[in-house]
This record gives sequence, C-alpha cells and structure tokens, in this order.
Amino acid sequence: MRKISNNILIGFCLALCFISCRKDETIFLSTAKNVALPVNGGNIEGFYMLNEGNMGMNRASIDLFNYRTGTYTVDIYSERNPTVVKELGDVGNDIQIYGNKVYAVINCSNKIEVIDKWTAKRINKIDVPNCRYMAFHGGKAYVSSYAGPVAIDPNAEIGFVAEIDTATLQIKRKVNVGYQPEQMVVQNGKLYVANSGGYRVPNYDRTVSVIDLNTFTEIKKIDVGINLYGMQVDSRGDIYVNSRGDYYNTNSNLFVIDTKTDEKKSVLNMPVLGMCLVDDLLYFYSVEWSYLTNSNKITYGIMDTKTKKVISNKIITDGTDKQIMIPYGLKVNPETKEIYLTDAQNYVVTGYVYCFTPEGKLKWKTSAGNIPAHFAFITKN
Amino acid sequence: MYRNKISTFTLLLLWSPLVLLAQVPKDTVKVLKDVIITGKPYREVIPVQSLSGKQLENLASHNVADALRYFAGTQIKDYGGLGGLKTVDVRNMGTHHVGVFYDGIQLGNAQNGVTDLGKYSLDDMEALTMYNGQKSEIFQSAKDFSAASTIYMRTKKPVFKDGKNTNLLLRYKTMSINYHDPSFRWEQRLSDSVSLSVSSQYIKSNGEYSFRYKRNNQDGSLAYDTTATRHNSDIAALRVESGLYGKIKKGSWDAKLYYYDSDRGAPGAIVANKFADGYRQYDRNFFAQGYLVKDFSDKFKFQTRAKYAYDYTHYLARDTTSILGETVTEGAQSDDSYYQHELYFSTVSMYSILPIWDISLAVDFQYNKLDATRKGIQTQFSYPQRYTVLSALASSFRLGEFKVLASVVGTHVTEQVRYNAKAPDKTEFTPAIFLGYQPFKETDFNIRAFAKRIFRMPTFNDLYYTMVGSSTLRPEYMNQYDVGFTYNFLSETAFLNKFSIQADAYYTHTRDKIVAAPTGNLFRWMMTNMGQVRGKGIETVLNLGKRIQQLNLSTNLSYTYAESKDFTTFAGLALSSYGDQIPYTPWHSGSAIINAGTETWNFNYSFIYVGKRYNGNVNNIKVNEVQPWYTHDLSAQKSFTVRNYKFKATIEANNLLNQHYEVIYNYPMPGRTFRLIMSVQL
Repeated sequence: MRKISNNILIGFCLALCFISCRKDETIFLSTAKNVALPVNGGNIEGFYMLNEGNMGMNRASIDLFNYRTGTYTVDIYSERNPTVVKELGDVGNDIQIYGNKVYAVINCSNKIEVIDKWTAKRINKIDVPNCRYMAFHGGKAYVSSYAGPVAIDPNAEIGFVAEIDTATLQIKRKVNVGYQPEQMVVQNGKLYVANSGGYRVPNYDRTVSVIDLNTFTEIKKIDVGINLYGMQVDSRGDIYVNSRGDYYNTNSNLFVIDTKTDEKKSVLNMPVLGMCLVDDLLYFYSVEWSYLTNSNKITYGIMDTKTKKVISNKIITDGTDKQIMIPYGLKVNPETKEIYLTDAQNYVVTGYVYCFTPEGKLKWKTSAGNIPAHFAFITKN
Repeated sequence: MYRNKISTFTLLLLWSPLVLLAQVPKDTVKVLKDVIITGKPYREVIPVQSLSGKQLENLASHNVADALRYFAGTQIKDYGGLGGLKTVDVRNMGTHHVGVFYDGIQLGNAQNGVTDLGKYSLDDMEALTMYNGQKSEIFQSAKDFSAASTIYMRTKKPVFKDGKNTNLLLRYKTMSINYHDPSFRWEQRLSDSVSLSVSSQYIKSNGEYSFRYKRNNQDGSLAYDTTATRHNSDIAALRVESGLYGKIKKGSWDAKLYYYDSDRGAPGAIVANKFADGYRQYDRNFFAQGYLVKDFSDKFKFQTRAKYAYDYTHYLARDTTSILGETVTEGAQSDDSYYQHELYFSTVSMYSILPIWDISLAVDFQYNKLDATRKGIQTQFSYPQRYTVLSALASSFRLGEFKVLASVVGTHVTEQVRYNAKAPDKTEFTPAIFLGYQPFKETDFNIRAFAKRIFRMPTFNDLYYTMVGSSTLRPEYMNQYDVGFTYNFLSETAFLNKFSIQADAYYTHTRDKIVAAPTGNLFRWMMTNMGQVRGKGIETVLNLGKRIQQLNLSTNLSYTYAESKDFTTFAGLALSSYGDQIPYTPWHSGSAIINAGTETWNFNYSFIYVGKRYNGNVNNIKVNEVQPWYTHDLSAQKSFTVRNYKFKATIEANNLLNQHYEVIYNYPMPGRTFRLIMSVQL
C-alpha cells in the first residue's frame, strides 16, 4: 500500500518538474528573415507594413522590409520603443509617411502613433478617438474619425475629419462630415471623404463629403452609393471610390467622381474592395461575401484609368492566388511595379505577405503579424 | 532564483502533510470524516469529481467558477473584475459542451449558450459535482444525457437537528478591496413532510483593484512598469432564492424560485492608450422549477420536472471622450436589451426488467424564445423561437463485476423566425456506451471506459446575430473516448486512513468546432469556426487522508495534461496555425488542497497552477504566449458557541504572493486580497 502511494507521489513530483514557472516578461522582439535578393537602385529603400491585430488583442504591429538587404523584419515597434507601455496598441488601421515622419493610425487605441521614418522611434502620439484613415496636403495631416457628438440614438453620430499640423503634431481644426468616414484624397485644395455609414446597417451613408481646405467647411455632399470605403485619385483628377455593398442584394462597386464638377461621373459596375493606383493603372481585388450563397467570391484585376476599361482580370498569373485565403492589403511599388499582396487568413491567425513581379509571378512570401494590411514605402529624401 | 524559491516552497507545502503523517503513531488513528474531493467509489463507471459540504466552505472560494478550478480537466475563462464573466470548459471541448444543472434542471442560455458561473454563489450550495460524459445512472432526464460533460450544482436542503423547527443563518463578508456581502438563510419546518427555505444575498463592490504591467529589455533592465486601477468592474447584485421540499410515500418533491438582479460593469481589454472603458450590463433572471420523484413499485420508478425561466439582459456602451473641447463618442455605441423565455418539461420512467437489468425512457420538451430591442440598430431582429424535443432511451446491465450502461439521445429541433431566414430543422441521434469492471472482489479497484457522441446546436446568436456572419457556422459534432480507473482504500488502522486515486486518459475529436472569442466588447463574441480539433489528455486526482486524534488532515492533488490541436482548413487551405494548440489551453495544469481541521478550527491551503498557453491569436509562436499563473490561497476558520448561538469567523488570503496574472490576455486579475467572513446561526 505504502509502496503504491509512494510511487504515485513520485509521479506527481515528476509532473511538477515538467511544469514551468513565470518569467519576467520581456518586450516583444523582432525576427528578421532574408526573403529577397538585395536591390541597390531606385529611391525606395523599403516599406513599413502595419498589421492590424484583432480587436482586444492589443497586437497591432509594424514590420519592415529593406530592399537594400532583402530582409523582412517582423514586429519592430516594441524593440525600438521599449518604454511605450503596452506597445503599439489595438487595431492598426492606416500607415502613411509624410516628410520624415511615419503616421500609424491605431483605431481602438484612439491614437495616431508618430514615429521617425528612419529609426521607427516614437516622436509623439496624437489622441484621436476612433480614428480611421489619413491624408496629407501642404504640411497638414487629415484624419477621419467615426467619433461624433453624442446622440440619443446610438450610431446616429456624425463622424469628423481633424486637421493636424505636421510640424507641431497638434490638432488644429475639425469638421463634421458624414456617417463613419473612411478614406480621403486631396485634389484642387479640396478634401474628399468617403462616408460609409457602416454602423447604420442597412441605412448606410451614400455620400462623399467635399471639404474646402481653406475654410475647413463641408461645401458639398456628393451622392455616390452605399457603404463607401476606399479612394484613389488619378493624374486627370478623377476620383475612384469603391462601395463595399451591403453583402446581400447590392454588390460592391466602383464609382468615378469628376473633381472639376464635383459630380458622380460614372458607375463602373465592378466589385472592388482594395485598390492601388500607379501611373494610369488601377490594381484592384475584391472579396465579396454573399449571405445568399454563404461563400466568398475573390476576383483580381487591372484597370486602365484613361479608358476606364479593365485590361486584365488577373494580377497574379502563376496560380499563387489559389493559396491566398483572404487578400487584404494591396500595394504596387511605383518604381519597380512589383506587386505586394497580403493574406489575412481567417483574421485570427498569423498572416502572410506576398511579393509578385510586375508580370504577376511569385517572387517571395513570408509570415507577417496578425492581419497584415497596410503598406508605406520609405523613399530617400 | 526567485522562481526556484517559489517552486521549492510549493513542493515543501505539498509534501509537508506527508512529513507530518510519517511521525504519527498508527494506533491513534480514528475514522476519517472528511476528504476534500470525493471520487465516488461505488459502481461509478463514469469519471466524477465532487466537492461538498464543509469542503466547499473551507475552500476560500465564493462562487461556483472559482471552486470548479480544483477539478482536473476544467479550465475557467475568467475576464477578471468583480462583475467579469467566468465560464467553464471541460477537456477543452468548449464551454458550449458543458451542461450546467441547478438542482437537477439545466441552466440554459439559448441566446449565446454561455453560462456565467461567477454569478452562482457557493453560500447555499451543498455540492458541486462534475461528470465527464454523463452521470452514472439511467434514471435521469434526456438533458442529462445530452452534454459532453455535466456539472451539477445542488443547493442545501433544510436539515433540522434536535427537534428544532427553525434555522436562521446570518452572514457578512468583506474584502480588502471595497466589497460588502450580507446574506441570510432561513429554514422552516412547515409540517412533518414539508419544509421551506428562503435565502438571499446582496453583493456590492466598486470592483477597483490595482493591476500591473511590466516588461524588461532583453538585457534584463526595465523597459516599463505601470500600475493602474481596474475600473468598471463594479457590481451590485441581489439574489433571492426559495425552496419547498416535501416527502410523499416512496418519493419526494421540491419546488424552487430563483431571482437574480445585477448592475455591473463589464471590464474591457486593457490596451495601449486605453486603460478604461464603460460597458455596462444589467441582468434580471428569474426561474421557477419543480421536481417530483416516486417509486410506483419495486420495478417502476418515475420522475418529472418542469421549469419556466425569464432572462433579461440590458447592454449599454456609451463611452465618450473629448476632442478640441467637444464631447464625442469614443467607440461604437450600443443600447440593446434582450428578453429570453424558456419553458421546459421532462418525464423519466425507469423499469427494472431483471434485478440486474434496468431500462429507462426520458422525454424532454423545451421551448425558447428571444426578443430584443436594440436602439439605433436598423436591421430587423429575427425574433427566433425554438422547439426542442429530446428523448433518451437508456439501459444498464450488471453481470458479476461488469457493468454496462448504454444510451441514445434523439434530438429534434425546429425553429421559427419573424424576420430573416430561419435555420433548417435538425434531427440528430447521439449514442453513448459506458463500461465498468471491478477485477478483484476484495479491492475497490475499478476500470472504466466510455465512448460518447454529442451534437450541439448553434445558439441564437450563432445563427441570427446580424452582420456577425454567423449563418456560415456549421453545427458542431463531438466524439469523446475515455479509459480510466479508480482505486479507493479506506482503513482505520493503516498508516493512511484514506487513499484514493483516479486517473483517466481521453481522446476527443470535434468536427466543425465553433469557438467564441471575445472582442474588445465583451458581450459581442467573435465567432470562428475552428473546423477540426483533436484533443487528448490525462487527468489524475489523488486524495489522502489521515486522522490524528482530533485532527483531520487531508490532501487533494490533481494534475491534468492536455493537448488540443487545431486542424482547421478554410476553403481547402490549411491555416497558418494548422496543428497548433488551441487558444488558452495549457499543456499542464493542476491544483492542490491541503486541509487540517478539528472540531472548531480549520486551516486550508489551496494552490492552482495553469501552465503556459497561447492566446486568441492561435499560432504557437512566442508573441502569442501567455505566461503560466499560479495562486496560493490560505484560510483559517474558527467556530464557537455563545449561549445557543453558533458563531463562525473566517479569514482568507487569496493570491498570497500577489501575482499579477491574466487568465485571458489583456484582462488583468486581482493581486493579493484578504477576506473576512462572519456568520451566526440562531
């Protein structure tokens, strides 16, 4: 009897040996991997990649790709900014470079993180509640936000755009726009804001707000289509704004706004979720969820903005697109025309970044963070 | 260095009672009364763990969730805070596969399938019992057969000693953080065969405790170290319960009323630049239930039960902040109320065909309805109603030292909605078989094995929650296999008066597993269909007991090894997390309870260990790692009598080493707290 009990106790003791104790927490460390051959030409030194991170996880993160070494480094922020409490934050939504500063919009942390372009060290943070996207013009940064005056009815809050002085990083002015504003572009001294109304399902907003940048007032609302999201402007002043549709009967779509008349010029009748305009070519993809069929339909394409005609219904030509679960971020290198695409997987796990040649052949692929999404190219001054 | 000290300390504590035991002469041993966790020895062909009576009282746990942590194979998801959500998961099969029964009838939540066990107080609890598979009997309702694991909460029934007709207990608890908890329990004998109990508890706390986040640089120097106060984890809750208990010829009945009302903060994730938020939750729960059991003859037994439940939940998110001097909303706003009605009726008949062969038939009917008012949401709510019919046919058969128990549950579900598309009708049959064998007549050593298949319906939220994409969720199937043994040794003369061990190894396979992970907004779940999960593990529980004159010593140790791996494919592609351990599933976990008691004194030490695991980002990589946590709790209790009043005073220290830990990533738990409990019995 005693023998058995002794054996059992020894067993328990052994089990205790397997288990481990707490260690002091260390900052999140980066991991670097060589993914491409070093490139010396051109003005573009590399890019920052903002991984959104799932809501509540506080796992927005920044990766860095360096053309000169061909190295992709995952998660550099914490290492470069070890004293920032709880790191970069919750849900990264946009990253852009203006001058020598990088602006990362961290949606659920209610802030814009401003870091140095070369060192990625924090310069400052700007508190903006529920901030979404940014645009820049004439030394000013513009940020769209879902936050609005408190209304009795939830989700009836009108969003705003705030103007930030990029020298002092102070918020100077703000103007109310439409419901849940998303991306913006600047053209002819005016700011165009895509209003989604995403909180107001099924009564989405359907307008683009036109803001005069001198007076910082809304001078017009252009009726375009429901659930507007992304914006690009071409060299002729045509704005491409996409609708995400309502996931039921109204499909995702692409609209053109003429900035000379500030009117909707045409409806291109093609689904577009993400897009990137380089020279005269608009690269795009679409992931359309249909509640009617309970499945995703993924399409890619390239449109010539001069003719508004789709010249290719492929971006990827070697079949790699079949490996991509959910295309999420899309960017084209304006110099080399290399195509970058991210795979968000199921939005929960680690995603991937893909690089394709201008012809659409896979160049490299690497693991990124959780929901890799937004690219910002680092150019020489 | 510090770490090593802790483990040494822990080991010493674990061993100390044995060292003590070794020094005691054998002849002073008397019958041992209490053991901490009882592995029921007789004819159990199903793994069971139980906590009851004094053991529960001594444990320094105050709600059901905290006590369940001591069972092997359970994981509690605890979002921290006094008002925070606490749910239980058994064998990592998911909280939806755990059936929780309150005095014999299942607690349901058709809306989200989540039972918040933090809400249920241990004050009026007689026993907590957990079965893997199902209870080892066939005389039970169809619902009892229809979960992968079952937890039974049994409340106290009135007991009148020395010809008394009235018992009254008054109790007050307070803590080192702001906390007030007065309660009473009144028991009255109404006649020889009928008695009544009424109990009530009020809890009020601002829920404010400090938490700390600290990280070091690679060289060990400090990177940051922040201490802040947890806000919006306050609670004000009232519970009122009443029971009537009656005896009839060859049977008994009871009827219960339950009311719970709370206003609490739902503390959110602590993320950079946002250390507080203000989501509020208001609950009102009411249920009435009745139960009757009668033996109509030696061969025929019958039981019936019925329940009506109403649950109201109001959820309010109205956080604001200011920009350029103007007050604006901070995040998505919501102001939603949900109203649930449930009706339940069950009958069970059991017939003994032969003394060694029983057969039973149970038929359950359940109706669920969910209504809602959601301000500012302009999509049409579905207003779903669900009709469920469950029937279970079961038989048990004994042949010598063999026992076989087999059951099959048929489930038919049909739904109605006022708006939107309804889920199609479903009919499922799920079988189970349990085998037990006692190889040696003289030795209480039992071998057991079981196989059980279970199906769970998606909840109303899974199916009908607007824009969450839930209609893509597939139903969830689970196969569970188990082999194990128990060995019990009780003696008045041996060195140990009680020695009991049980061990089980299991394998689970979940197809189309639905996993609910919280978002920044606790009430809204992010539904992910994990597809395939395969789990296996080993659970062991060891009880030792010894009596030295007036002193009872007992030790309970549990250890669990668990693997539960994600083999999900999405649109035919393997996720980057393919083959990784699912979130919040430690490989190693365990607990220890050491108790020493006399007639009037009691000392209790308890320890819980949860090992390394990965957070909701799934991939088993360094950034997703969540540190192990372990807490040490101590309590001392003294009872004394002044005139005819029985007084009891308890002092407890929880999380003695003040570990700043998280059960769920970004939801910090309280550090060291003290608690004082006073009670008087009239």
